[in-house]
Formats: sequence, structure tokens, C-alpha cells
Amino acid sequence: MSRRLGWLEPLPQTSDLPVLLPVVERPISGANTDRKFCPSLARLRGGYGFWIVAALLLSAGVAGAETGPVHPSIVATLIKWTPLLFGGFLFNLAISAFAMIGGTAAGVFLGLGEIVQFAPVRAVAWLVTHFFRNAPWLVLLFFCMYMLPFQVTVFGTTVPLPDWVKATFGLALPVMANVAEIVRGAVQSIPSSQWESAEALAFTRSQILWMIILPQCVKRMLPPWMNLYAILAMDTVLASIVGVNEVMTLTGDALGAESRPELLLPFYGYILLWFFLYCYPIARWTIRFERRFAVDR
Amino acid sequence: MQPVWNWFAELHDRTGINLTIFYDAFDRHRFAEGFVTTVELAAVCIVLSVAIGVIGAWLQGSRLRLLRLAVYWYIQFFRNTPPLVQLYFFYFGVGSFLKISGPGGLAQPLVSNMTWAILSLSFYAGAFNVEIFRSGIEAVPRATIEAAEALGYSRLGADRQIMLPLAFRICLPALNNNLVNLVKATTLAYAISVPEMLWVSNQIWSDELNVPEMMSVLLICYVGLVGVLVFAMGRWEKAIRVPGIGLTARTR
Repeated sequence: MSRRLGWLEPLPQTSDLPVLLPVVERPISGANTDRKFCPSLARLRGGYGFWIVAALLLSAGVAGAETGPVHPSIVATLIKWTPLLFGGFLFNLAISAFAMIGGTAAGVFLGLGEIVQFAPVRAVAWLVTHFFRNAPWLVLLFFCMYMLPFQVTVFGTTVPLPDWVKATFGLALPVMANVAEIVRGAVQSIPSSQWESAEALAFTRSQILWMIILPQCVKRMLPPWMNLYAILAMDTVLASIVGVNEVMTLTGDALGAESRPELLLPFYGYILLWFFLYCYPIARWTIRFERRFAVDR
Repeated sequence: MQPVWNWFAELHDRTGINLTIFYDAFDRHRFAEGFVTTVELAAVCIVLSVAIGVIGAWLQGSRLRLLRLAVYWYIQFFRNTPPLVQLYFFYFGVGSFLKISGPGGLAQPLVSNMTWAILSLSFYAGAFNVEIFRSGIEAVPRATIEAAEALGYSRLGADRQIMLPLAFRICLPALNNNLVNLVKATTLAYAISVPEMLWVSNQIWSDELNVPEMMSVLLICYVGLVGVLVFAMGRWEKAIRVPGIGLTARTR
């Protein structure tokens, strides 16, 4: 299994010279290393799941027995709060989707700004990208929460800006900078001979970019873009720190309402599990896409 | 230094830009402490996470399938769950079981919030480091090791003197990236009230109502911290570069 390479890094030079391997052998050798180092889900048998569930139930039962008959068991409490918490989790996913859309749209333009021929624009785009890439997400989130007004007046109509919109904006900023880097890396990874041959065919610069280079980039940008989305989805919980009513805030509320310290571990573990179930498939998909697209490079 | 502080006080009187962390001794002191805490937190986490990465990469080469599985799931768990929830899980969840009775019979936490932040963030960044180190080891050409063996190196000698130095150089850029992320992730410790830079700044802007000024100071401080790290690591990368090996050979 290969490490997820950033777009700026060239491929590691391995001795088995993947280029020279016959086309069919490449996925096979990839699959072999994969099998060696990471057991796929298929190799986990159903029996394992049974044991995991059994262990969970047993531990919950033991913990439940310790708390005495006054309280409902931990599992029952978890189930009771699940609808509320799941609503919060969906809200997280909605925030992540909005931030991703906004960040991608802005990031594509910023990334193209980094490769234009006009040097001042390139310098500004570079500065903006690196500033937002190097600032912590949480600080940017605080920045947007405090610095954006609670309402804006556009052409006489007053539009309220609820806190989740501001949080989405705050999360979209680092996404924008990261997307910009992905775009720049992908464009620069296209062999320069393509630019030259397109120029020889009398395409203009913007035609080359939009009709020849960018369509090829989409495929290369997909894995790091998905990776970024997974990171964003996990970082939406930061919004709880600045007071958005999402899953972590609701978990805190639920724990406050129950005020039973033995619930802390199961509740936070439960939220961890949800995020894992959401992000792990994305990570596996990313690796699969990466491998598939790497073959025809 | 007094003239400088006075200048900032004057700046406040003239323009309303209220940088209390410069002219107010109390704020200056607590902001400095917050800054130091952030640097401490980052430094300790960097060392610990690199150690975890080395140990994990070593364990992943083990013959025991169970051990490899354990490392694999450790990586997947920490990579695919939000670091903030991990922090809460450790600090509130696990921490609630680790209590000792302090003076006066009151239960008090066995492990402080700073320690939990260090542990949680180190394990988080360590999961990435395992992958990074392993990919570095894998990227060392097999033929190099064989050549070393042909020259009479023992297995351990070849690993120590040939493979690891090369692997380290190959994975250094990816490691840099991850360490930058780790420095940025130290802000999460805010959530469990570790008095680091963000937490201290929050205190200051709550007291002095100078949110925009403190925000700008914060952003500049973090971008500066990350910049110093990137610069130092970049210099190191260049200093230990072996011509023909790794990334720098190809990009320059």
C-alpha cells in the first residue's frame, strides 16, 4: 500500500521500477503489498464482529450492573439519545458539505491564480494560500465567529448570519487554501510537453488550460480532494467550541442532562465510532482511486 | 524595553488599537506564558509522536500478524476520527475513571489536562508518522540493501547504516507536513482548558474586549511558529541531503 503522496511530491523511487512492469502486474504487485501490510475488510470474518458485539454488550452490562437499578443501562441511555445526536451529526455533515462546496469553488480560482503568468496576481495568490494553510483551523474559526457581523445588509435587505453560517465560512477558508494547492499541484504534474504541443496546434493559453490541462487534472485531484473532505468532516466538530449546536455540543448537553460520570466514556466513544464509520470508507475509497489512477500515469 | 511598551500605550491612545499584551504587564506576562505553553506542547508532542511513529513502523514489520493488525487499526482509528473528539474521549471519558483522592478526600484527576493533551495529540500525529516512516522504509531500493549484504553487512548493520539513513531522508518532507499539522493541532488543547496561546488570548479578549487585535496577534504568532518550523526543517533537509536520493534531487 502506498502512502498518500501530496501533490507537490514526486513519486518515491522504488527499485522495482513500476513503469517497467507489465501493465497487468502493476495492480497485482500493488495488491500484494496491500495484502501484506493492511488486512482488508474482507479478511475479517463475520465471527470477529460477533465477538466485538459480545464484548461491547458484556462491558456495557457490567457497567450497567455497577450503576445499580436506579438508572437505565448505558446502552438504553445511548439509544434514548441517539435520535438527537444523530440529528446533530447530520448537521455536521451538512456544514462539511457546504464548506467543501464553497471552499472548492474559491480554491479552484485561487489555485489558478497561483499559475497565471501575471506575477503580482501569482504573488498575492501564493500569499493568501500559504497564510490560510499555515493558520490553525480553530484560530480561523474563532476569527470568523468574532469578526463577521451577525447580519449583513445587502441592497437594503438585512440578511441574518446565524453562527453555523459563520462557522461554515471559517471552515471553508482553510479548505480553499488546500484546494488551491491541490489544483496547482495537479496542473504542474501534467507534463509540460502537453502545453507545448497544444501551443504548436495554435490553442490559446486559456484554451489549453480549460480544454486540455484541467480535464486531465480532475482525475488526479480526486484522491487528495477526498482526503481533504475527510479531514474537513472531522474538523466540523471544532464548531462546537465556538458554540454551534452540532453533535459535540449536543453530546455535552446530553451528558449534562444525565449527569452520570460513567456515561462520559461510552458517549464520546459512540461519537468517535460514528465518525470512524463515516470517514474510514472515504479513506479506503481514496486509496482505491489513487491506485487506479496511478496505473495509467 | 519600557519605551517600546510606552509606544504601544500611545498607539492605543492615538488610534484605538488596543494591544494590551505589550503595554500591560499582567497581559504581557500571561500571553508570554501561553506562548511558551504552546511551544512546549508542540515540542513534546513532536518528540513523542516521532517516537510513536518509529515504534509503530518497526512493529509493522513484525512477523506476528496480530501485532500488524493492531498497528493497522490503531492507525485507522486515529486517522479517521476527529482529533477533538479523541481529546474529549481521553480527557473526559478515560480521565473520569482515573481519579485519586486528593487532600480533603476530594477526588482529583490522576492525569492533568496538559498531559492528556500531550498524549492525545501525540497518538493522533503518531498514527500519521507510522505511515510516513513505513513508506520511507519501503521506498529504499531493495538493490541497495542487497548490495550492502554483498559487501558483508549484517542484517542489523545494513538496516542501521544504509536503510534507515536513506529512509529518513526520503520521508522527511512528508514528516515536515505532518509536524506542521501537529503544531496547528495544539490549538485543540484549548477545548480542555490547557493554558496555551489560544486559551490565554481568549481570556485576554474577554477581559479587554480587544478581539480584532488579539485575533491578528494570534494569527501572526501561529503563522510565525509554523514558518520557523518549516524553515528549520527545510534547512535540515538540505543539510543532510544525499545527492541523487529522495525528493530534493528531483525538484532542484
